[in-house]
Amino acid sequence: MIPSVLAQLDIQDPAEGDASCVAENGFCPGWIADNFDRYLGPLGEHVYLTVVSVVIGFAIALALALIAHRRRWLTGPIITGTGILYAIPSVAAFFLLQPITGLGNQTAIVALVSYTLLIIFRNITDGLRNVPAEIVDAARGQGLTDRQILRRVELPLAVPEILAGLRIAFSTTVGLATLAVFAGGGGLGSEILTDRFFRSNVVVAGGLAVLLAAAFDLVLLLVQRSVTTWQRAAPA
Amino acid sequence: MTPSAIAQTEGSSAQTEAVELEFRDVTKQYPGASEPVIEHLSFHVPAGEICVLVGPSGCGKTTAMRMVNRMIDITEGDILLGGESVNAKSPAELRRNVGYAIQQIGLFPHLTIADNISTVPKLLGWDKARMRSRVDELLELVSLDPDETRDRYPAQLSGGMRQRVGVARALAADPPLMLMDEPFGAIDPINRERLQNEFLRLQREIRKTVVFVTHDIDEAIKMGDRVAVLKKGGILAQYAPPAELLMAPADQFVEDFVGADRALKRLALQRVRDIDLWTAATVKVGDPVAEVRAKLEDADVKIPLLVDDAQRPIGWLSEGALRAERVRKDLRSPAEPLVELDDILRDALSDLLATETRYAPVVNSRGHVTGVLSLEVISHVLHDHTLATTAPTSADFLEAS
Repeated sequence: MIPSVLAQLDIQDPAEGDASCVAENGFCPGWIADNFDRYLGPLGEHVYLTVVSVVIGFAIALALALIAHRRRWLTGPIITGTGILYAIPSVAAFFLLQPITGLGNQTAIVALVSYTLLIIFRNITDGLRNVPAEIVDAARGQGLTDRQILRRVELPLAVPEILAGLRIAFSTTVGLATLAVFAGGGGLGSEILTDRFFRSNVVVAGGLAVLLAAAFDLVLLLVQRSVTTWQRAAPA
Repeated sequence: MTPSAIAQTEGSSAQTEAVELEFRDVTKQYPGASEPVIEHLSFHVPAGEICVLVGPSGCGKTTAMRMVNRMIDITEGDILLGGESVNAKSPAELRRNVGYAIQQIGLFPHLTIADNISTVPKLLGWDKARMRSRVDELLELVSLDPDETRDRYPAQLSGGMRQRVGVARALAADPPLMLMDEPFGAIDPINRERLQNEFLRLQREIRKTVVFVTHDIDEAIKMGDRVAVLKKGGILAQYAPPAELLMAPADQFVEDFVGADRALKRLALQRVRDIDLWTAATVKVGDPVAEVRAKLEDADVKIPLLVDDAQRPIGWLSEGALRAERVRKDLRSPAEPLVELDDILRDALSDLLATETRYAPVVNSRGHVTGVLSLEVISHVLHDHTLATTAPTSADFLEAS
């Protein structure tokens, strides 16, 4: 795609064209092609921030959901708690956490994890709760213990909703992680911030974040399809 | 022997003996409730029999059933399985030994039919080969084609097929006792009837002790060796074999519950072989007419019935057939309807009414005439309150001879 765009700049020498394009703060494919390397490091950091945050967030949310599954009354308080975390403005959280966790991606991860909890927790509890009562009754009636029912029946049947929650969590986290720069967490946000008035830079850094979110979503969609073949089994 | 033949033998030789079941003064009261759901319920189910719990909604029949495998805890009293209290083992251990089939079936949608059926065997740690052969054996037992069914998911089967899988799953580990909560309740009437008949046929093979819950008195009468009629508050109104329930309802409640047509319902319980049939004068072409006239004197039905050399009925003869020296083939009507000794009396009556005839020749399994069924015979049965439904009769003797 880039070469064909370049071809449209026909008469001008590419380097000279870039210079004027950069000077005019335009969208400069040539400049992007030349400077693309500098985005790879931040992109890697961004992937790291997102994956680590969602994985930790999933682990905590799953633990909370399993506790709330046995003690239903805890569901309300947990939703309130994670809801408060979710409502804290992210930039504020990044600054507020700095005195405690210092400057660096630790701070960013702590904040990002706290934003995933509500989404993932709600989806796991909904998924577990939507398992039809008669299926659980049949499982119990056949002599499965509570733990066996959870592992063999309830969790597998909740997988579609759990994965739906993870997809939202990944998309949200990719977006929020662009603000991690305020906590010193790096990522694509730091590139946006260093040259925030240069249009080409903002477009590339922002575009990569969008593509990253789309890629995570696609991967999870494929995972979801491969582990829930039973949902699409053709009727006889 | 093929591997599957070996597996079949193993499967049937491994059959567990059914156990007797006893409710001993069982009460269930929920905390905070003013009235108990079940009150001092006592009854005994002999091993290998189907006990139907029936009653209006809110009578506690499902609660009573669910206390057997401790899905609901007993407040007072005890339930004994083969003499052992259900509280002797952990609930999970107890339930693995008690088949469980419910109206909503509750198949696991994410597992194949084979995996659904193997649920309890898997919990019991069977090896794969044994589970696989057991799955195929059970699918055949419930009239499903193993090759077509085992790798499908529940959503790919019809309601009736799913219900059969539910029964197969309940039978998987060959439990001595089965609990069935309205297992055919969500099935359309035609398939329900078929599933009921199939289950009765199955039960003749497997001889489990079964607790069967239904709100449908007709189903109760059809399925039960014994029927427990419950009224609100889990009070046992009557516990009796179906025929006794219909002939001698214990009180007004039972009488109302079994319905005004209980006399007709009794016909559904009896087979043609259970009643005294009329005798027929059976004749063959070429018999001397004088002999035939003598036979007619002794027979209950005064019309000669023409049979072939194998004693199979051909038709009722007309007057003209007896005009000569020897019997000629001159029919007034064909031998229709033809009733078999094993037919349900209600169905035989229906056949008689449908063909608008007074008499129907009755044949045994070899097709030989053994007697005649008439509207009068059936009417006599309806008025005879002392008749036992399973007592041997002359019809049995006739067939045996």
